[in-house]
Amino acid sequence: METSWKRPLLRGAAAGAPFVLVAAPFGALFGVIATEAGLNLAQVMTMSVLVIAGASQVTAIQLMQENAPAVIIVLTSLAVNLRMAMYSAALAPHMGPAPLWQRALASYFLFDQPYAVSHTEFEKDPGQSIGHKMLFFTGSVLPMAPVWYGSTLAGALIGQAIPEAFALDFAVPITFLALVAPALRSLPHVVAALVSTILALGLMWVPYSLGLIIAAVFAMAAGAMTEVALERRKA
Amino acid sequence: MTASDLHIWGIIAALAVGTFLIRFSFIGMLGDRELPNWVLRYLRYTTVGVMPGLVAPLVLFPAVNGGQVEPIRLAAALATLGVGFATRSMLWAIVGGFVALYAGLALFN
Repeated sequence: METSWKRPLLRGAAAGAPFVLVAAPFGALFGVIATEAGLNLAQVMTMSVLVIAGASQVTAIQLMQENAPAVIIVLTSLAVNLRMAMYSAALAPHMGPAPLWQRALASYFLFDQPYAVSHTEFEKDPGQSIGHKMLFFTGSVLPMAPVWYGSTLAGALIGQAIPEAFALDFAVPITFLALVAPALRSLPHVVAALVSTILALGLMWVPYSLGLIIAAVFAMAAGAMTEVALERRKA
Repeated sequence: MTASDLHIWGIIAALAVGTFLIRFSFIGMLGDRELPNWVLRYLRYTTVGVMPGLVAPLVLFPAVNGGQVEPIRLAAALATLGVGFATRSMLWAIVGGFVALYAGLALFN
């Protein structure tokens, strides 16, 4: 009996373990960046624990530094997280039968990597029980989440002790580019990124950092339209 | 608590609630429902739609250089992008970016 719940949990943990290598440096960088921006330790940690979505957290910090209005900061940062609605929709058919508290907990932990490994697993073997599926997902989160909290804390604590010679002013651009580059996996992604870049630069004069949101809307449309055009050509 | 503290806490709270609701949307509330294809098509490009636009001004006009183009930082940005694109790995991209940045600063500063 005991091994019956252990096995999916351990398989999930094995699938999720490699992503510790992503969570550790990213969490530490966020801790450093947020501390440098003037957030106190409680704020940095609350953000990492409650929001638990690094790219949107760095987005919020950057826009705070640009003195953007709060509404714009929240909207732009949430736009970065909108892709997670897609994850939620993809996992809903698998997780639907689970009790509400389990689904709420799973939603909290729905980052990119657990979604990716769990969705692959569930599609490969859709017949497995709901209990197994939830255990696999839980396992995939277990190595990563504590590392995310811990590395944020480490980054926040050492952040202020890092000398200026380390040019941490450039930690934000490097973090963002490191997130974007691997995501440029198809022509529509590249087109969306280019439109975003060009329009954001062209619209820097628009007040309240609104130019970025305008650029993002056009970039998404450009990506979607490129995808349609490519499909048409194939058909 | 100062006004700016309140401002930061407010943003953190709104971001936490909003992010949870996005993640909870289908798993918790809407259930087993297919998203229309055109919606999925847009959602696929949200991240690459926002982040390049956010980072571009920081790369081209870094505040540390008074908003002027700075060759060492520009080279580090290109290295991050190149390594990330070639390896498909965020980790190697970060390593590549910082190596290029520190090599540049050590050699030319």
